Amino acid sequence: MQVPNGAIDCDLHPAMPPASALLRYLPDYWRDQFANRHIDRMGFQLTSYPPNAPLSARPDWRGPTGTPGGDLDLLRCEALDRFGTRLAICNPLHGAIALFNEDMAAALCAAVNDWVARELLDREPRLRASIVVPTHDPHAAVAEIERVAADQRFVQIMLLAMGDLMLGRRLYWPIYAAAERLQLPIGIHAGSTYQRAPTPAGWPSHKLEDYVAQSSAFENQLVSFVTEGVFQKFPTLKLVLSESGITWLPPLMWRTGKLWRGVRPEVPWLDRAPAEIIRAHVRLTLQPIDAPFGQPELLARTLEQLGSDEMLLFSTDFPHWHFDGDDVLPGGLSDALVRKLMIDNPLTTYPRLREGAVLRDNPAQREETVR
Amino acid sequence: MNITVRERTAAQRLTIVDCDIHPAFRTPAELHPFLPERWREHVKTFGEHVRHGLTGQLPYPRMMAAGMRVDSFPEQGPPGSDLDLMRRQHLDMNGVEVGMLMPLSRAGMEERNLDFAGALARAVNDWQLERWVGEEPRLRAGIVVPQEDAVFSVEEIERRADDARFVQILMSPRSSDPLGHRRYWPIYAAAERARRPIGLHVQGYSGGHASTGSGWPTYYMQEHYAMVGNMQAVMTSLIFEGVFARFPNLKIVLIEGGFAWVPALSWRMDKHWERMRKETPHVTRPPSEYVREHFYFTTQPIEEPENPRDLAAIMELIGYDRLMFSTDYPHWDFDDPHRAFKTQLTEEQRAQVFRDNAKALYAL
Repeated sequence: MQVPNGAIDCDLHPAMPPASALLRYLPDYWRDQFANRHIDRMGFQLTSYPPNAPLSARPDWRGPTGTPGGDLDLLRCEALDRFGTRLAICNPLHGAIALFNEDMAAALCAAVNDWVARELLDREPRLRASIVVPTHDPHAAVAEIERVAADQRFVQIMLLAMGDLMLGRRLYWPIYAAAERLQLPIGIHAGSTYQRAPTPAGWPSHKLEDYVAQSSAFENQLVSFVTEGVFQKFPTLKLVLSESGITWLPPLMWRTGKLWRGVRPEVPWLDRAPAEIIRAHVRLTLQPIDAPFGQPELLARTLEQLGSDEMLLFSTDFPHWHFDGDDVLPGGLSDALVRKLMIDNPLTTYPRLREGAVLRDNPAQREETVR
Repeated sequence: MNITVRERTAAQRLTIVDCDIHPAFRTPAELHPFLPERWREHVKTFGEHVRHGLTGQLPYPRMMAAGMRVDSFPEQGPPGSDLDLMRRQHLDMNGVEVGMLMPLSRAGMEERNLDFAGALARAVNDWQLERWVGEEPRLRAGIVVPQEDAVFSVEEIERRADDARFVQILMSPRSSDPLGHRRYWPIYAAAERARRPIGLHVQGYSGGHASTGSGWPTYYMQEHYAMVGNMQAVMTSLIFEGVFARFPNLKIVLIEGGFAWVPALSWRMDKHWERMRKETPHVTRPPSEYVREHFYFTTQPIEEPENPRDLAAIMELIGYDRLMFSTDYPHWDFDDPHRAFKTQLTEEQRAQVFRDNAKALYAL
């Protein structure tokens, strides 16, 4: 299917810099610490995305030394120009979010955010980014969100699908209050800090199993958000599930619907069926498409079961390898839905993209706003 | 006139196999006569040793009457402990031809002291025969094994293998390691030899891992949902560890885990296996093929889509020959055989799901 011009890509991954390149963004204390302890030589590679694994990058989306995503030029050419993308949201998959030392995590997250602003957003006006935060210290996370969100090019707060605690829990609510106040959706991205076994039956042997288990993680996080009443407390909050797959969602809506009817007295704040809450607040990025290739009717049925054409957001998940060539749009999507998920839904989901989108049609003002 | 109609309906009514019935002890001490003296003393002095913070109670209290149907309380003892009441309000009333016993409490699957776990499992197996199957020929037992002790588990399977009243092997899906790990393979070899399927009923906290990959739920609503993820983890592990390549005749029954999630997980496994298959060269066929050949699903708690046709589509994808009806008697979320399916089944499909699949699988 032809990709219409002006798409908004809601999940892509620029290559992260070596820690040594982040030194200049760290305060003196941490710069010394990093140098003295040789932390600046560490990779900060998330276990969830082994760089040489096939899933982590398409063969043609690697740099000359094999780096997933290559440099900014490769990203421009392969992720933006190739799909006629006018705006794209970078989700930085950096190991800072998996550190146990909360002070170090906060400092390194801040350095990553500043690096993203200087090295990506300043250099490529089509790029936007998610804020990485030290999730396990919600107060530090809020401080970082408030600091970075002054820059309107940061459009979302990114959390990982698997961490120490379920994300709907009240101790994280200050993050959601800040998100709502600053018009930033919460983006939960696939991946784990491995503070817990990835499954309730322990540790799988293979990376492939961990990746399959991501959908269970998204399911449980979504049920956590709904059950804890996060959306009742923060009625304008949007939750974006990134790289989550899609086809698991209708069965979740059915099961939680029945369950809710049985357990309502436990969660009296849930005044509507989970499916209704999910349709109003939850969005999902497109790739990876987890319906069988070559059977578009199955994907079409899933989309019909979602019961809303406002939930999907276009994404390439560059440079992760989920499709070949230009086949980013699976069969089974109507032209109207394609237009919605590529342009309208992202603009509705991310208030901070709207300004940029208007600007695109008004080149005279462009320079000024993108700085 | 009315009487005639009612009689004809009763006569034509399909008898069913209920794949999930929970028997209970009348008192906690009911199991003691089945334990050797050493363990009778142990249980009195030390009690159970489990991997969660509250012993002998549910960390996520249920919504009504400790998770039981309010009409299922006998005059004495807890629901599920009175055979006569079970006969009257379930076996007779619902035309249950065969019922599978699913002993959950104190069966040894959760016990950390493996010697005690073995003694408990053996006792529960004897108790099933004496208290239930011996009294009521419609009921069938399962060989409960303490899965973390594969040596003892194999011994117990072999000890019971010649007794046709035991129709399956029961272990916990909430194991210490995902069930595909090779430490459990001797159990699968024994299951193949004994020609029994492995029944995996959703379970508490056996292995001690949090209910999700991101920690513990807050509410029972979440905990109930997390059981889906447990079943998904079990399926994924058994397939990608190569268990079915190694044990081609092994059959797995997922009990009380729902089934609407199965096609989506199959697609997901196929897609990512295709990309990452170099990591698991022992998995030579698309994962969905192993699902189709080796897994059976009990139906309760049956998912209820907004559009009933969606349920039919899911059952079509899984295969009507792989679904087996279950009620979960006497638990609160019991599925009534007359009301549970909100979608139309053909006569043939109904016979398969309510009776024939279980009869074939369990050689009843």
